[in-house]
Amino acid sequence: MTLDLLRFTTAGSVDDGKSTLIGRLLFDSKQVFEDQLAQVAQASERRGGEGTLDLALLTDGLRAEREQGITIDVAYRYFATARRRFIIADCPGHRQYTRNMVTGASTADVAVVLIDARRGVLEQSKRHAFLSALLGIPQMVVAINKMDLVEHSQARYEELVEDFEAFARKLRGGRNPRRVEIAYIPISALNGDNVVERSEAMPWYEGPPLLELLEQVEVAYDHPDDVPARFPVQWVIRAGGRVDLAGNGEHSDYRGYSGQLASGALRVGEEVAVMPHGERTRIAAIDTYDGPLEEATAPMSLTLRLEHELDVSRGQLICHPHESPTVTRELAAELCWMAEQPLRPGGRYLLKHTAATATAIVEEIEDVLDVHTLERVQPPEALELNDIARVRLRTSAPLAFDPYAANRRTGSFILIDEHSNGTVGAGMIVAGA
Amino acid sequence: MSVATRPQLSHLRALESEAIHVMREVAAELERPVLLFSGGKDSIVLLRLAEKAFRPAPFPFPLMHVDTGHNFPEVIEYRDRRVAELGERLIVASVQQSIDSGRVVEETGPRASRNKLQTTTLLDAIAEHRFDAAFGGARRDEERARAKERVFSFRDDFGQWDPKNQRPELWNLYNGRIRKGEHVRVFPLSNWTELDVWEYIDAEQLEVPSIYFAHQRQVFERDNMLYALWHGTELLPGEQVFTDTVRYRTVGDMSCTGGVRSQATTLEQVVLEIAATRITERGETRADDKVSEAAMEDRKKAGYF
Repeated sequence: MTLDLLRFTTAGSVDDGKSTLIGRLLFDSKQVFEDQLAQVAQASERRGGEGTLDLALLTDGLRAEREQGITIDVAYRYFATARRRFIIADCPGHRQYTRNMVTGASTADVAVVLIDARRGVLEQSKRHAFLSALLGIPQMVVAINKMDLVEHSQARYEELVEDFEAFARKLRGGRNPRRVEIAYIPISALNGDNVVERSEAMPWYEGPPLLELLEQVEVAYDHPDDVPARFPVQWVIRAGGRVDLAGNGEHSDYRGYSGQLASGALRVGEEVAVMPHGERTRIAAIDTYDGPLEEATAPMSLTLRLEHELDVSRGQLICHPHESPTVTRELAAELCWMAEQPLRPGGRYLLKHTAATATAIVEEIEDVLDVHTLERVQPPEALELNDIARVRLRTSAPLAFDPYAANRRTGSFILIDEHSNGTVGAGMIVAGA
Repeated sequence: MSVATRPQLSHLRALESEAIHVMREVAAELERPVLLFSGGKDSIVLLRLAEKAFRPAPFPFPLMHVDTGHNFPEVIEYRDRRVAELGERLIVASVQQSIDSGRVVEETGPRASRNKLQTTTLLDAIAEHRFDAAFGGARRDEERARAKERVFSFRDDFGQWDPKNQRPELWNLYNGRIRKGEHVRVFPLSNWTELDVWEYIDAEQLEVPSIYFAHQRQVFERDNMLYALWHGTELLPGEQVFTDTVRYRTVGDMSCTGGVRSQATTLEQVVLEIAATRITERGETRADDKVSEAAMEDRKKAGYF
């Protein structure tokens, strides 16, 4: 069964009904197991009286959430149709948990943004749409929900589409160079209109229902030969002769550099460069447990053997010499701050980029984003939790990177607090500074 | 830039590649990992993934089985054979020893199980060997409390899990930094479903313990589940022992794992049955999850797998 995999996020305000939407998607496509349904029915009746079935409870899993009736953390749900295998990252809408939404969005192919038809396009939805675009999700589906509460009015739907389009014009230019494709759907998650089945109450809508759209959306896979090859070295395999548990030893017969191809393709015999120092060699072999390959493409995990005995280690990046990444110690990046403690200029953190870790100092906060207007505003003294800002950083060691708009893997990094060990920032590189 | 509409890898191979990446990250960033191996299908897949990640070198970590002493004998036999085949080191952490040394107290009564006791044995073993990372085969689709888990799941020095305090996990950048005494649980199969696991076992032609396939067994019915008759069984009034053809969807203790009626004797048939099934793996067969609505969440907060 060769299905492909589609990851999508759901985001929206607390009352927008996204949990109900997911519950509906799973329920109508017959993916909900009987025992899960029984559990949810029991909990629904306990809370809402006999006969209620709150589909949102299918995805709210933690005790505290169930008690408060909101989603605290990202919940991952899995289902498959005959056409596709799906991973849903259900992200919290509550402002306090934006960092969890960014988590879910970072690997997603599609963002499903919910709008409440009665309340219109709220700041929370704009924030989530913006974050989705910032995180490089190439496709967005704007589901205008609760259409049953506005009498399935086409006029109201079109008004909201227009409102969102006005906002989206800002998404598409300026700070977010990557194109975002947007599709709109009128739905009622509660009643099931246009979620899996076409709605009879909205004959004026001629597009497909949501699930069908998700099955059909073309995920923009870059053809491997069209994008630069990027192979971050993750782990060195040494074997043969006398080796200890760490693989160090004398007379090592085998030396391979393992990792996951982040983009592009590599072939045996090709000349490659090892960044950041740029030394050149050729690929002697591409090994996998299942045997050698002539060619490998992203996102395969593999092990390379090189012709020359170079000093290659974890954190370095292998590429083709004529299309190498930028090497720098000064970066300009979009940073999403995810910690309680504020970020001040001069703040020192660990920075993890592909498999490399370096120390980084945030030299300057250049501006902060006003999510409502999408305008850049004067930099504050410090960044607070959930702020998104353009910053300049200097690292202790050179990094080999691509702009995030070109490559989500080699353009992203996280900042780690050396004292708490927490992940405090999510960064997307704009350019070398 | 042209756009290809077919991915380069099937979903199964994409998931496999991601899991291998996770295992290599742990090996590189943590110092003393261990792979928790129960002989169940998820940990069997983990072993194959470890082979794919690290061969031709030995695994940079040992395997560990938290043995309650109430395992199906077929599973123990399989475990020992597979470990010998791989030539890797196995540590057996014994719940019986924890009981004997007074670390935990055995439950009594017809519904007694050693399931909860495993947590103490596991945490003691982690402390004794100073492990700082433990691979487990848990998946997010298994149960609601696991749907929220990260791939890297942090446990404090009491082995406890705080759902409100997990780290954001972005792209494929994992932050494995910990303090002395802490450890991280890592779940390379986070995004795999039960069906994915079986399809992978089929694709790789992995051997699994015979109890996963239909066989005749003496069972009794309790709480809508079929339990195996074993030396620890205490029958309640009205319970009858009979012989039936059953298989197991999950490998747990004999005391709390139910079998399901089945005729599936080959991998292919098992996969077909699972694809058609209407009840989750754990819902059908694990009594330990039924105790309360938040049973798994509570056990995780206390340090369980």
